[in-house]
Amino acid sequence: MDNSHFFVTGDPMIYGADVSIILVSLAIIIYLTYFKKWGWLWREWITTVDHKKIGIMYLLSSLLMLFRGGVDAVLMRIQLAVPNSHFLASEHYNEIFTTHGTIMILFMAMPFMFALFNMVVPLQIGARDVAYPFLNAVSFWLFFLGAMLLNISFVIGGSPNAGWLSYAPLSENDFSPGPGQNFWIWGIQISGIGSLMTGINFVVTILKMRTPTMRLRDMPLFSWSVLASSIAILGVFPIFTATLAMLTIDRLLGGHFFTMTGGGNPMMWVNLIWMWGHPEVYIVVLPAFGVFSEIVATFSKKRIFGYASMVFSMIAISIVSYYTWVHHFFTMGAGANVNIVFAICTMIIAIPTGVKVFNWLFTMYRGRIRITQPMLWFMAFVPCFLVGGATGVMLAAAPADYQYHNSYFLIAHFHQVLIGGVVFGYLAGMYYWFPKIFGIKLNERLGKWAFWTWQIGFYVCFMPQYALGFMGMTRRMYTYNSTMGWDMGWAPLNMISTVGAFLMGIGFIFQVWQILYSIKHGERDVTGDAWDGRTLEWSIPSPPPVYNFAILPVVKGRDAWWYQKQEMQKGSYQKEAVKYEPIHMPNNSGIPFLMAVCFFIAGFGFTFEWWWMGIAGLIGVFITLFARSFQYNTDHFISVEEIERTENALRNHGSIHRTAN
Amino acid sequence: MSQTISAHVSDQNHGHVDQEGLKTLGFWIFLVTDCLLFATFFAAYAVLRTHTEGGFSAKDFNVPNFIIETFILLTSSFTSGLAVLSMHKGNKKGLIRWLIITLLLGAAFVGLEVKEFADLAAEGATISRSAFLTSFFALVGTHGAHVTFGIFWMIGILFQLSKRGITPVTTRKVSLVSLYWHFLDAVWIFILTVVYLMGVM
Amino acid sequence: MSNQEHTASIKAYVTGFILSIVLTVIPLVLVLNHMMGKAALTVSILLAAVLQFVVQLFFFMHIRDGEGPRYNVMALILGIIFVVTIVAGAIWIMSFNSQVQ
Repeated sequence: MDNSHFFVTGDPMIYGADVSIILVSLAIIIYLTYFKKWGWLWREWITTVDHKKIGIMYLLSSLLMLFRGGVDAVLMRIQLAVPNSHFLASEHYNEIFTTHGTIMILFMAMPFMFALFNMVVPLQIGARDVAYPFLNAVSFWLFFLGAMLLNISFVIGGSPNAGWLSYAPLSENDFSPGPGQNFWIWGIQISGIGSLMTGINFVVTILKMRTPTMRLRDMPLFSWSVLASSIAILGVFPIFTATLAMLTIDRLLGGHFFTMTGGGNPMMWVNLIWMWGHPEVYIVVLPAFGVFSEIVATFSKKRIFGYASMVFSMIAISIVSYYTWVHHFFTMGAGANVNIVFAICTMIIAIPTGVKVFNWLFTMYRGRIRITQPMLWFMAFVPCFLVGGATGVMLAAAPADYQYHNSYFLIAHFHQVLIGGVVFGYLAGMYYWFPKIFGIKLNERLGKWAFWTWQIGFYVCFMPQYALGFMGMTRRMYTYNSTMGWDMGWAPLNMISTVGAFLMGIGFIFQVWQILYSIKHGERDVTGDAWDGRTLEWSIPSPPPVYNFAILPVVKGRDAWWYQKQEMQKGSYQKEAVKYEPIHMPNNSGIPFLMAVCFFIAGFGFTFEWWWMGIAGLIGVFITLFARSFQYNTDHFISVEEIERTENALRNHGSIHRTAN
Repeated sequence: MSQTISAHVSDQNHGHVDQEGLKTLGFWIFLVTDCLLFATFFAAYAVLRTHTEGGFSAKDFNVPNFIIETFILLTSSFTSGLAVLSMHKGNKKGLIRWLIITLLLGAAFVGLEVKEFADLAAEGATISRSAFLTSFFALVGTHGAHVTFGIFWMIGILFQLSKRGITPVTTRKVSLVSLYWHFLDAVWIFILTVVYLMGVM
Repeated sequence: MSNQEHTASIKAYVTGFILSIVLTVIPLVLVLNHMMGKAALTVSILLAAVLQFVVQLFFFMHIRDGEGPRYNVMALILGIIFVVTIVAGAIWIMSFNSQVQ
């Protein structure tokens, strides 16, 4: 491979990025050194195995990646705003739509989802940590360094440019030589291994770590959604790993899985990658459904309507989502029988989703509704997801799909479900649980500005794209009206769409401002129960102590905390004598970080086909695995005195009368 | 609100979960996901097995070699079970002896596989010769890599056993590596059937 | 773990081992002597493989061990469904390839 262009050169925007990366890195290093924070960073964050801190790190990284992916989106929209534009070079445009898609799904949506998993699930089920805290840290660092590996590609080696799912044979050596495509493979391979381990971790956490009195059928719906999503992760991420390994074999060892020559079959790539890719979108949307179920119940002051049907529909979605993947390539020509089966399965999956929407609406019916920030995002979600789902059913009709396929109609559809469903859902979750994790409520006024610019921006951006799709504009088109002088009439709608993209960008800036402002001036939550909540996480102080629950809570049915509060009001609650016992907690460890660094070195080496470096990295991975296996001193007990001290400090400045749990 | 509460943690009076049982369940789930990884390679092999480009085809596999491989791995699966039996009897020496036998059989298996691959390559049947060979080397090689990993894992456990003896932690580790070993043998049954037997028939 | 009832015994392992050998030898003999038609042969050797898998599950991996909800069995059943989907789905979907090439 030609490594003479190690650093990307030529584009002034890239030079700008180079300078800003260097400046920001220098600023961070100087800050950490000047304030003597290196030890703090290592002890409190890099080596932590506390699920709450890992959740916070996931949240920060995903917001950072939302920024990066958002910049990509805005650059694309600038390029398309006017005809005959040469704002970006065509190759650069290809790179940007590739990284935009990859980053938004794998490095924004997935970590945002894991942030919510980590911040909420153990608190909601009355657990002191996840089942495997060490593995949890490994998962985070694999995700983070995998994401960094992909992200450095735009200044070192060059970005991938074969689309977010890198269809073969375009992604093979013949058509995509150079390190860019390898960065894509190794970046998402490494973070994908982390995702699989998170899936295992949360399935076991939910099945085995619930407080002993919580039956599965009393479990809050968000935790149910995490279970459904994790099951889907377990079902598809192995396929993802294997498929990426096959492409690696093709590129690195000269194999012929997906090549045009040697008997390879490029369509097999499309088949396998969508076997993962389709369930993946359900993986990210299921937890959003869970978030909304919590929010709607809390802010309607009602039990969720149709709990059992909610659970059933989520499990149904996570299983049926396994049988829809061909709808991404109806046009491949696999034949009428194949297309019919997968078209029907795709339409079937709309039914449980519809059940859920009705259940939320019935929960609101005759409820005492409070319009808070999380609730606002829920109310924006319903119409948005409804339209997105309806256009999805249109696309699911296989014969009609031959017309819509890969047009801007499709682009508008999946942005509507992914932004309307996933992003709105996760943002609602962030607003809802921010007071729990940080003890700070996010500023209402700035939040409303952010909300409305997001909403207006969204519709202004994507509604014109449905029309553009019908007018014949296809996705990944670099420019239009280029030389012929004919006018497709695409220019005005594209201009409007670009305005919408900028509005969403402004909405994001409002949110960053809102978070920073609230950290400094925001209302502090001293009650631990910022929203008058219903589930266990609101029964403990905000932010929770490291062990979460001093005494494992006793659950008497669904919405445990709500009914306990009612008993307390009626005076019938019988407070049990507080008797603390030592709490068993895992030790911090630097091994997860070091293991991920070794993975990064291996990935970087194989990206440039420097075998010595790749193999050295893999050996490093094995050494860290061995080191862990030989570690026997992996956990400690928190003494009763320390628990008493912590609890007294936390409870004393609480304003409401609280109980032991 | 009367209800029966089913205990799902073994020592719930302290609220501490049975750590070793928890890890066993997690490892079991991991093995199921590993099955899916192999399934993907099987799927690719099934689709590409006829794409030989006029070169080496599945008819030409070395029959004695894969028969010997099969019986070596099956026997090692059995001996890893005997290791677990010795462990439950508290027989540390027997445990270590059976683990070493298992490990050596595993190494013999890997050695035969490496020889098979080298012979193929010497015939010009390399991974880049045809799509069939790519999918063959990927599927069988992934299995071989798993076996190799298992060997190193067993070596690590042997050191811990000799230092610490049979404790709840080492018991769990031996049980897991034995489960892993049985799993690899089960995968091999399908490789034998789908790749070798259906190839030469 | 040690207080649990183990199905592991020397008898179980030997039984499993012998059954596995038998179920390995049968398909070997069938294939190497070309004893059946192609379709029948394929079905028989796949059946032998599945049977041997089941034997190992019960006699080597002790799938019946453990108490409480059998999460490992549920995971296995779900896994088998997924495995069948991946392999059968890929073969079925890609079968068009033989017609267009």
